[in-house]
Amino acid sequence: MEVSRREFLERSGKYILLFGAATKAWDFILAGTPETAPGYDVTRHWWAFYIDIEKCIGCGNCVRACKAENGVLREPFYFRTWVERYHIPPPDLANLRADRLPVVDSPNGGYDGFPERFRDSDGSKSFFVPKMCNHCTDSPCTQVCPVGATFDSPDGVVLVDQTYCLGCRYCVQACPYGCRYIDPRTRTVDKCTLCYHRITKGLTTACCESCPTGARLLGDLKDPKDPLHELLRTQKVQVLKPYLATGAKLSYKGLDGAVR
Amino acid sequence: MESILHSVEGFMYPNEVELQWSILIVLYPFLTGIVAGAFILASLERVFNVEEVKPTYRLALLTALSFMIVAPLPLQLHLGHPERSFEMYLTPHTTSAMAMFGFVYLWYLLAVLVIEIWLEYRKEIVTMALHATGWRRPVYRAMALGSYNVSPRALEIDEKLGRFVTIVGIPSAFLLHGYVGFLFGSIKANPWWSTPLMPIVFLFSAIVSGIAAVLLLYIVYCFLKGIKRSVPCLDTMARYLFYAFLIDFSLEMLDLIHRNYEADESLKTLNFMVHTRLYGSQVLLQIVIGTLVPIGLLAMVQLISMSPRAREGIYVIASSLTLCGIFAMRWNVVIGGQLFSKSFLGYTTYKMGFATKEGLLPALLLMALPFLILWVLVTLLPPMNRDEAVH
Amino acid sequence: MRELFRDAEHLFRLALVFGALLVVFLVARAVLTPEGFGTYGHYRAGALVDARARPLSFAGRAACLDCHEEIDAVKKSGKHAGLGCEACHGPLEAHVADPATVIPQKPDPKTLCLVCHMENLAKPKGFPQIDPKNHAGDDNCIKCHEAHSPLPVQE
Repeated sequence: MEVSRREFLERSGKYILLFGAATKAWDFILAGTPETAPGYDVTRHWWAFYIDIEKCIGCGNCVRACKAENGVLREPFYFRTWVERYHIPPPDLANLRADRLPVVDSPNGGYDGFPERFRDSDGSKSFFVPKMCNHCTDSPCTQVCPVGATFDSPDGVVLVDQTYCLGCRYCVQACPYGCRYIDPRTRTVDKCTLCYHRITKGLTTACCESCPTGARLLGDLKDPKDPLHELLRTQKVQVLKPYLATGAKLSYKGLDGAVR
Repeated sequence: MESILHSVEGFMYPNEVELQWSILIVLYPFLTGIVAGAFILASLERVFNVEEVKPTYRLALLTALSFMIVAPLPLQLHLGHPERSFEMYLTPHTTSAMAMFGFVYLWYLLAVLVIEIWLEYRKEIVTMALHATGWRRPVYRAMALGSYNVSPRALEIDEKLGRFVTIVGIPSAFLLHGYVGFLFGSIKANPWWSTPLMPIVFLFSAIVSGIAAVLLLYIVYCFLKGIKRSVPCLDTMARYLFYAFLIDFSLEMLDLIHRNYEADESLKTLNFMVHTRLYGSQVLLQIVIGTLVPIGLLAMVQLISMSPRAREGIYVIASSLTLCGIFAMRWNVVIGGQLFSKSFLGYTTYKMGFATKEGLLPALLLMALPFLILWVLVTLLPPMNRDEAVH
Repeated sequence: MRELFRDAEHLFRLALVFGALLVVFLVARAVLTPEGFGTYGHYRAGALVDARARPLSFAGRAACLDCHEEIDAVKKSGKHAGLGCEACHGPLEAHVADPATVIPQKPDPKTLCLVCHMENLAKPKGFPQIDPKNHAGDDNCIKCHEAHSPLPVQE
């Protein structure tokens, strides 16, 4: 009686182990490498972005183009990119305060532009700041995803796996720039994909395509001939919230210190 | 939903206007806090040999189990895709505190709570399995796992193993609730959450809420069953509640003082939030009613001599206010952390629905559920007999 | 030894239950983990394929040149040289895919031009901005400005 029970346990143990190993091997065979699609090698690109604040005119073309290209909901709560208008008052001499808190607005994310003139000049400084996902190298959002549904692709784009995301919203909390949102249609997280479906075909992003002044520029840092290299070398650039060390790859030229 | 836009004050990043984590996420740390706290109280007797609290030992374990069973439910309800939640077991991302949840939860539920309760009750389970009738018989027989040995030696083995499990259970309880604190405390993007003190504050407020919950449940249970409450037991629990409260309050004050002293760029916006949108829940409910008043009442009991009945009345009031205060603390952390903009230039409001997926109604139902489960558990596994309570 | 087994039998049974649960968990894990997970990092490799699968809405500047070279000739030496065609004409991939059937509408200058050129305090100082009430009355912009090369002004 005892011998056959031991034998049974041994055999079933072996089968379980073999079964597990076999499934792993089968997975490996099936997977192949479909990600390196014809004509595009993920290891030969590293995408970054550049925005020239002094060229932005707040027309909102980028916001509209992004929503059109990526099928984003039109309601004012879901933006993959948006434009903010900053209005920085002159120093407060009456109360002797130097912390010049900016007045910021972004009506519908800048989707309809900024129709009203805001106000007559009163010694203040005004400008537009386009915002989007910074596609950070050390992104806090991918760090906190519990299952690996959002990730940093080999070519430097932070993407979301819509079929794997649980909708727990931890990444939305972790992003310091506010560029993530929950798409109520899929109940998963959504964000700027750097128009991954376009850049892998040799096109530029929808926002760059539609920007009339060339304020936005997509760059491939692994391409030695990319104009971004020269710009980063010669211009005074900053990233948002550098003290958080997110490794943001979106460089702003002419970013004022008051920008949040 | 457009109405939320009208209640935005100042500037918020467009994607921030709508809150991400609702009252269900407030409920989750409240529930696991009581689990951890109740278990710590139980371990006082088992490991640290505080004999006075022995009457509450079994009740504390069953309370922990009831709340533990309900704990994942608010999370499941909150997820966009609850059917995918098992993915945390398949591909846990080891850099994410949230990924720990599945394993810590299973470990604590099975390896600590279930085993400890099973070992503690095994004698009664076997007795009932052999003598019970009706629907209870198969339940007890299943619980007995087909083994009916309750000889002194077997029970001695159970006792030793139970003690070992409790010892392992203490750091496990710390982990169960501490990781929630870390989950918030490690978010550098949010200055209201980001502090190394967060896991410790969560843990001590958990201990406070656990002791208060078991104190109340002990009084209620004995009252319903006509069992005399043990005065030394109540006094000891109240004393430990008082000590835990002092530590918890000190930690929270330390955080506040530190913030105000360092006065970094987030201070203005956070202070404004506390004085306006969070005033009721933070200053009034959490600090005054939920912390200062209970501490005052408990201190009064330590300093002035009162009759046991008066003391019991004070304990009931103090424990109830404590539980409200701890809930408010969870609310202030979770909701408060989302009311201000990460640009530090604006505020939004939390619009809680009623009969929606993440509204007040499911939250209330989920709050009531552990008591329902506890009622079933104390029916199957009575925590004390009439003669036991008289010490 | 036999006594130990007899007195601790319930623990062995418990261990067996837990062992069985563990086996079930491991098998489920092996079966349910999506294929390609972990190839490039802690994510499903197929997600890269999914991200590339979106249809295009904007065709890109190069596509317009194939048929509309004469417009580009006017544009490329004027002030609007840096603008892509779709910056004003909107997404046109549908037109590129089927030029005969999908005919895009010409945008209305009075609304379109002001999107960029309406005076606004926050716009860069050197950028051409006008207040439509004080600039050439209620006329249509293209009465004086050629859309693809707006300066010099035509009378």
